[in-house]
Amino acid sequence: MNLLEQVAAWFADPAHWAGPEGVPARLGEHLYYSALTLGLAAAVAVPLGLYVGHTGRGRVAAIAAAGALRALPTLGLLTLFVILLGIGLMPPVYALVILTIPPLLAGTYAGIAAVDRQLVDAARGLGMTEWQILTKVELPNALPVLLGGIRAAVLQVIATVAVVAYINLGGLGRFLIDGLAVRDPVRLVAGAILIAVLALAVDGLLALVQRFALPPGLKTSRSGRDREAIEAGPLAPAG
Amino acid sequence: MQWFLDNVPFVAELAWLHLYQSVLPLLLGLAVSLPLGWLAWRVRPVRGVVLSVSSVLYTIPSLALFVILPVVLGTQILDTANLIVALTLYAVALLVRSVVDALNSIDDGVRQSAQALGYRPLRRFLTVELPLALPVLFAGLRVVSVSNISLASVGAVIGIRNLGVLFTDGLVRSFLAEILVGIIMTLVLALVMDAVLVLTERLLTPWLRHNRGRQAVRPFRARPVRPDAAEAAVLP
Repeated sequence: MNLLEQVAAWFADPAHWAGPEGVPARLGEHLYYSALTLGLAAAVAVPLGLYVGHTGRGRVAAIAAAGALRALPTLGLLTLFVILLGIGLMPPVYALVILTIPPLLAGTYAGIAAVDRQLVDAARGLGMTEWQILTKVELPNALPVLLGGIRAAVLQVIATVAVVAYINLGGLGRFLIDGLAVRDPVRLVAGAILIAVLALAVDGLLALVQRFALPPGLKTSRSGRDREAIEAGPLAPAG
Repeated sequence: MQWFLDNVPFVAELAWLHLYQSVLPLLLGLAVSLPLGWLAWRVRPVRGVVLSVSSVLYTIPSLALFVILPVVLGTQILDTANLIVALTLYAVALLVRSVVDALNSIDDGVRQSAQALGYRPLRRFLTVELPLALPVLFAGLRVVSVSNISLASVGAVIGIRNLGVLFTDGLVRSFLAEILVGIIMTLVLALVMDAVLVLTERLLTPWLRHNRGRQAVRPFRARPVRPDAAEAAVLP
C-alpha cells in the first residue's frame, strides 16, 4: 500500500473521528484558538486602523510598525512567549495576537485610505459629522479592501495556529507534530492535508462573504478589473 | 549576550543557511514569474488560471506545504529542497501578481510609442516595459523577502537547519538568550535584505532619483484607487 492509500485509510478509520484526539475535537480547538486570537487582535488593530485611515495621523508610524512586526519570526515569538510566560493557552495566544495585528492594521488602514478623498470632502460639505463620515461613507466604500485584509489575516492565523501544536497545544497541527515525533508519515501527511483543507475552505467561505457583503452601490460601479482585484485574495503567504 | 559571543560561529553558520534558504527562492521565484507574469498579462485565459492557482497556493499554510511537498516530489522530509521549493512557490504566487499589476500600470501611450518606434514585443518588454515595471516589482520583492525570511524558520519544526533551530533548541533547553538571539538575527537578516533590495531598485531606476518621494513607488498613471495592502505595509 503506498502512502496516499494509507492516508486515505487513515481518514476512513472512524477511530480518528471520535474522542478528544479525533479530527472534530482538534478542528474545534483550531477554530477556538483562531477565533480568540482574531478577536483580541481585531480589538486593537481595527480601531487603530480606522483612526489612522480617517485622520491620517500616525500613518507613517503605523505602517512602519506593521512592517517591522511582519518580519518577526512566528516560531521565535511563540517560543519566546512560552519561555517568558509559561505553558498554557494564553502565552501562545498573545504571541499570535502580536503576529496578527500587522495584517489587520494594514488592511483596515489601506481600506480607509483607498476611499476617494473627494467623496469624503463631499460628505463633509453635506454637513456630516466625522463619525457619520467614518461609518456611512468611508466604511462602506472601504469594505472591499477591508474584507480582503481581514481575509488575509484570518488565513495567517489559521496557518500560524498549526505551529502552536509544537508548543504543546492542540489544534490540527497536533497530528502533524505527533506524526513527526513518532515518525509516522501517514499521520504527518494526514495532518498537513487537514490544515491545508481547512485553510482552503475558510478562504472560500470568506471569498463568498466578500462577494455578498459588498454594498449595492459599489457592485454596479466597479469595472471588471476592480472586481478581479477584490477577489484576488490574500496578499501575503500565510505563516 | 555572553551566549551569543560564545557561539558566534554557530549562529553565523545558521544565519548563512537561513539567508541561502530565503534568497535562493526569491531569485528562482523572480526567474519564473517574469515570463509567467508576462504571459498571464498577454493572454487573458492564462491570467485567470495563473491568478487562481497562485491564490490557492498562498492559502496553503507553510507547515502543511513543507510536509506535503516531499510526498509530491518524492524527496526526504528533512531535505532542504522542500523548504526551497515551498518558498519559491510562495514567491511565484506573489510575484506573478506583481508582474501583472506592474504591466497593467504602464501607460498605453508609452507602449504605443515603443511600437511606433519599431520595437518588437520581446525587445519592448525587456527595454521599455520591464524597467517601468521595476518599482511595482520591487514592492513585491520586498514583501517576498520579508515573508521568506520569517517563514524559513518554521522549517526548523520539521528539522531543517537555519536560524529557526535557535527557537526549537531554545525551547527544549528553556533558554531565553538563544531565542532572543534567533529573533534578533532574523530581524537583522530581514532588514539587511530589505536595504539591499531598496538600494538595487535605486540603482536600476536612475530616472526616478530626482523626485524620490512618496510618489516614487507609483510614478505612472495611477490605477483606479486600490492601494495594495501588501504594498502599503512595506512603504517606508
